[in-house]
Amino acid sequence: MRSDRGPSAPLRLKIAAACGLLFLHLPILLIFVYAFTTEEKSFVWPPPGLTTQWFAVTWNRPDVWEALSLSVRVAAISTAIALVLGTLCAAAVSQTRFFGRETISLLVILPIALPGIITGIALRSAFSLADIPFSFWTIVLGHATFCVVVVYNNAVARFRRTSGSMIEASMDLGADGFQTFRHVVLPNIATALLAGGMLAFALSFDEVIVTTFTAGQQQTVPIWMLEELIRPRQRPVTNVVAMVVVLVTLLPILLAYYLTRDGDQIAGSGK
Amino acid sequence: MSLDAAMPRTTAPAILPGSGGLRGTLSDLFWRRPQLLLLLMLLPPVLWLGIVYIGSLFALLLQSFFSIDEFSGLINREFTLKTYGDLFQAANLDIILRTVTMAALVTVASAIIAFPIAYYAARYARGRWKALFYLGVMLPLWSSYLVKIYAWKLILAKEGILTWLLAKLHLLWLLDGWLSLPIVGGNSLSVSFTGTFIVFVYVWLPFMILPVQAALERVPGNLVEASSDLGASPGQTFRNVLFPLALPGIVAGSIFTFSLTLGDYIIPQIIGTSRLFIGQAVYSQQGTAGNIPLAAAFTVVPIVIMGFYLWGAKRMGAFDAL
Repeated sequence: MRSDRGPSAPLRLKIAAACGLLFLHLPILLIFVYAFTTEEKSFVWPPPGLTTQWFAVTWNRPDVWEALSLSVRVAAISTAIALVLGTLCAAAVSQTRFFGRETISLLVILPIALPGIITGIALRSAFSLADIPFSFWTIVLGHATFCVVVVYNNAVARFRRTSGSMIEASMDLGADGFQTFRHVVLPNIATALLAGGMLAFALSFDEVIVTTFTAGQQQTVPIWMLEELIRPRQRPVTNVVAMVVVLVTLLPILLAYYLTRDGDQIAGSGK
Repeated sequence: MSLDAAMPRTTAPAILPGSGGLRGTLSDLFWRRPQLLLLLMLLPPVLWLGIVYIGSLFALLLQSFFSIDEFSGLINREFTLKTYGDLFQAANLDIILRTVTMAALVTVASAIIAFPIAYYAARYARGRWKALFYLGVMLPLWSSYLVKIYAWKLILAKEGILTWLLAKLHLLWLLDGWLSLPIVGGNSLSVSFTGTFIVFVYVWLPFMILPVQAALERVPGNLVEASSDLGASPGQTFRNVLFPLALPGIVAGSIFTFSLTLGDYIIPQIIGTSRLFIGQAVYSQQGTAGNIPLAAAFTVVPIVIMGFYLWGAKRMGAFDAL
């Protein structure tokens, strides 16, 4: 808490900030309205009528369920890989100083610092050079690569706050390295890892650019949506799926926020 | 773990005995040789990123030195600079120029929209409001990318909400006037560069807000007060105090907005004209055209641009604001 709280914000600043936030949120809210529209062919506003029939239609679409199941499986496995790799990397980088430390953190950040299309086409050309056929695992390979950084960011922030003397104290009291990890380190970083894992899940669940290059015929939810955006088949179904995707990604973000709210912060941000 | 701390291991018998067995041996080994533990910790992530990611990037770079046989359409796996020569044809330079201009415009616009939000959140928002602002930025940031684009397709469509709103406000002439302009105009906003620009700004805006806010959090409030005590107008305070201190944050945010715009191929494909951006060029070259060498050469352009950009950003201290 600062002691230098000035007067309240100037009106112009308030208006500009409020408009900015509205600009960020209104388009997403619009999705919720369109999920109920009776209009099938166009994006006409205001909706001519409201109905819930498209929820039932979407529920009975096998292609939607297949895409959803693939997305969840890919996201779960990529998150698991990213959790292991990201934590290891964060522990090494934050607790010790060694030659090439900066290079390692750059290496981790690179997959999201470079445009996704580069990661995508690089992986694709590597697969084609190595004659690896596209499969579930090629998708996972790509997703895990850029999910590492999310876990890494969260874990690094938490490691920075965890005092090294606790580990030393645990060792002094006779715990071996594994016990120290299990009883001292893990409880300290658990919520950060959970938050990182959820964000990695959300990131993977939503990723489309890399996936278009590493998936064969299989469709994840974003690929399915992209297909519908380019060649619309049944617009109301797309509307409903869009709404569900918004709701599904909302939950992990809110949870991640509650897990890390005191002290450090979730990836992509910094104080 | 901080095994390198300079603490001698005291083997006082009052403390638990070593657990023994393989686990004990390993634990002791890691304690005596912290470098070994470090190596073991780093090995999996470095191997993964090194092989999967850097290996793939290298494979890509390699392909850009191959060329395509114009008659058979087969890829000729011999070293040549011909593909890079093709890259500098007028049509391709056009694509590069268009993308870089768009990326620069999007970056500037995001910075302008982001600043008030970030400044308010950093300096005035407290407690509940702070949390609200934080979530207000995080939720759009993490919402589905395609859903956001889809939402804008709904908004910008000719029969969509924006046209409806402007009609209610009797401002349709403004929209029609804008759409009749060359370059930025088009049949409707959803097939114009203006539409592409709006969607780019919308989708990348949170990436700008967060680092700017991070930079502004570090500006002590009394600095701003001191500036006005010394007689500076709000505008002068902004130019001479706030802006220079926020600049590393803006540069950090611009890394995202710039890089993401350079590589995106989905937004201009769904909302935009038929004129290509780098991402689309890469996508069509590797897909329908089957010219992987040229696609690879195209991706080298954003890599080089981002390389310079990151180098410059590092010199400005932008990475401390991330």
